[in-house]
Amino acid sequence: MRINDVILRTVVKVVILIILTLGVYLFFSGHHAPGGGFIGGLVLASGIILLFVTYDIETIQRKMPFDFKKVAALGVFIAAGTGLGAIYFDLPFLSHTDGHFKFPFIGDKHLTTVTLFEAGVALTVIGTLVTMILSISEDE
Amino acid sequence: MNNIIVLPLIIPIFSAVVLVFLRRFAAVQRLIAFASMLAVSIISFVLLELVRKEGILKLDFGGWKPPYGILFVADSFSVLMVLAASIVTLFCLLYAFSTIGDRHESMFFYSFVLLMVAGVNGSFLTGDIFNLFVCFEVMLMASYVLVALGGEKVQLRESLKYVLINVVASSVFLIALAYLYGTVKTLNMAHIAERVSEVGQDPILTLVSLVLLIVFSLKAGLVLFFWLPGSYVVPPAAVQALFAALLTKVGVYALIRTFTLMFPHHPETTHAILGCFAGLTIVLGCLGALSSRNVLKIAAYNIVISVGFILIGLAVRTETALAGSVFYLFHDMVAKALLFLLVGMMVYLTGEKRIDFMSGLIRNYPLFGWLYFLAMLALVGIPPLSGFVGKVLIGKGAIEAGSYVLLFLGFASSLVVLFSLLKIFLSSFFGETIITNEDKKPLPKASMASLVSLAVCIAGIGMGAEQLLAYVQDAVKTLANPSIYIDAILSDSDSEGV
Repeated sequence: MRINDVILRTVVKVVILIILTLGVYLFFSGHHAPGGGFIGGLVLASGIILLFVTYDIETIQRKMPFDFKKVAALGVFIAAGTGLGAIYFDLPFLSHTDGHFKFPFIGDKHLTTVTLFEAGVALTVIGTLVTMILSISEDE
Repeated sequence: MNNIIVLPLIIPIFSAVVLVFLRRFAAVQRLIAFASMLAVSIISFVLLELVRKEGILKLDFGGWKPPYGILFVADSFSVLMVLAASIVTLFCLLYAFSTIGDRHESMFFYSFVLLMVAGVNGSFLTGDIFNLFVCFEVMLMASYVLVALGGEKVQLRESLKYVLINVVASSVFLIALAYLYGTVKTLNMAHIAERVSEVGQDPILTLVSLVLLIVFSLKAGLVLFFWLPGSYVVPPAAVQALFAALLTKVGVYALIRTFTLMFPHHPETTHAILGCFAGLTIVLGCLGALSSRNVLKIAAYNIVISVGFILIGLAVRTETALAGSVFYLFHDMVAKALLFLLVGMMVYLTGEKRIDFMSGLIRNYPLFGWLYFLAMLALVGIPPLSGFVGKVLIGKGAIEAGSYVLLFLGFASSLVVLFSLLKIFLSSFFGETIITNEDKKPLPKASMASLVSLAVCIAGIGMGAEQLLAYVQDAVKTLANPSIYIDAILSDSDSEGV
């Protein structure tokens, strides 16, 4: 049975961009302001779940052919990997560093390794959350 | 820099994650899981030697000095526990290879085992009480999955109870932490210990410690063990053995750590209650073990008895008794794993769980039968096997402290353990065999190898008690003098004027 939900579909097409942008913004703002991998990941995951709710699972899975369990695992892999990186440089586990780099055209940028760790956290959150919702929806 | 301390946590997590990507390749999964636990065992052995040479080691994550950052601390006690946990997991994995089945293997079984071990090792090594909560949760999350994996009706029923009781316990744990943080304004264990001894352990702090006592009792199966015999007997044998060897022991570890390091100042309240709990646990556990005729239930009640017995040592808290507790804890992790694997193998071979329906197993499987006999002797505490030294030391400590009631209960429980295990031995191993040669299932080779290795470990712990006692004494020195622990953690941050 298909519900006639033109309004929902149309609104979601616009809103999803805003949600995903907000998620990415929150992710990057986390370094100095409220935000970060966990919160950014939650917002991104809620965007993806909204897509699943609006369209059906098959359509979205055709467009996003990821196994979200593996996304979560990849997240933990990256986050734990940054900790191991510190061990490789003989610093205490989970030490992070940062630096200013000059790029052509965009100029001086402040890059940190914490961002990598946070990316891992974000992927873990997205993967776990979407897996949970999908497994609940399969349970019929 | 002591990055080696974090390896027992990070290696299992890392391999667990890698295994998720290798879902279809069971053989590779086995290899990686086994190799990583072997690596952790070797590392913990190296770490044990390092701690004995250099004293307590610590690792401040990300270079944040205590009490501000979280940290891992390796003293002899925690590293001994990590060592036992890693060895037990290694052999339980070996047992699982031939018995667990494809269905479990393709549902991330090895990943969850490794994550659980990571949680267990983290709980042993952490020096921050909130981090202890987190590691408990990591361990419990993985164990929820392992209880329910397989999806049989009885598993789902018991896992629901198991999850509920642990969620309640964890929330109470969190509330206790909030009280603690509100009172002493720190979560670093050494810092808590320092502040508690500075302000004196006033009634509020004693109350907080009692809330923690209840929480850890629930986890350890001390008095509040009503959930344990039900939920520990439903998963496959390898998982049962892991649970029996590791999960309750983490609770026992947390109790010992809390009441030797952080709240040792009012023994007339806290340790008296611990003593009552220990005695009560032994009595109730014995009743359970005597009344049951289900092999799995008998083994599960034996866990309860040993938890009570170990905590006698904490309740009387002389150095000898604490040494006995640490030694017995180490022994019990290995011996309980062996017992559960043996009992699981009996169920696998006969398809029965009640002792009345099994008979004459020793005629079909002589080596298997004698391994059971060996495990029984070790659990009862017959020299030269591993249980003996621990029991003697706890008994000696109880005499020193004049706790004759606990002494009596402890040694009476040994008789009950003997009786309950002998009941299985006489009715299931001796007697007329009911398995004909045609029906006889072959013993899986890998499982047999793991049983034999664990039995060798038990004999080794018994024979090498002298060497092991050196480490145990070192552990007890720290437990009996919390100032050693506190100084090791906080001294260098003081010198920098933090």
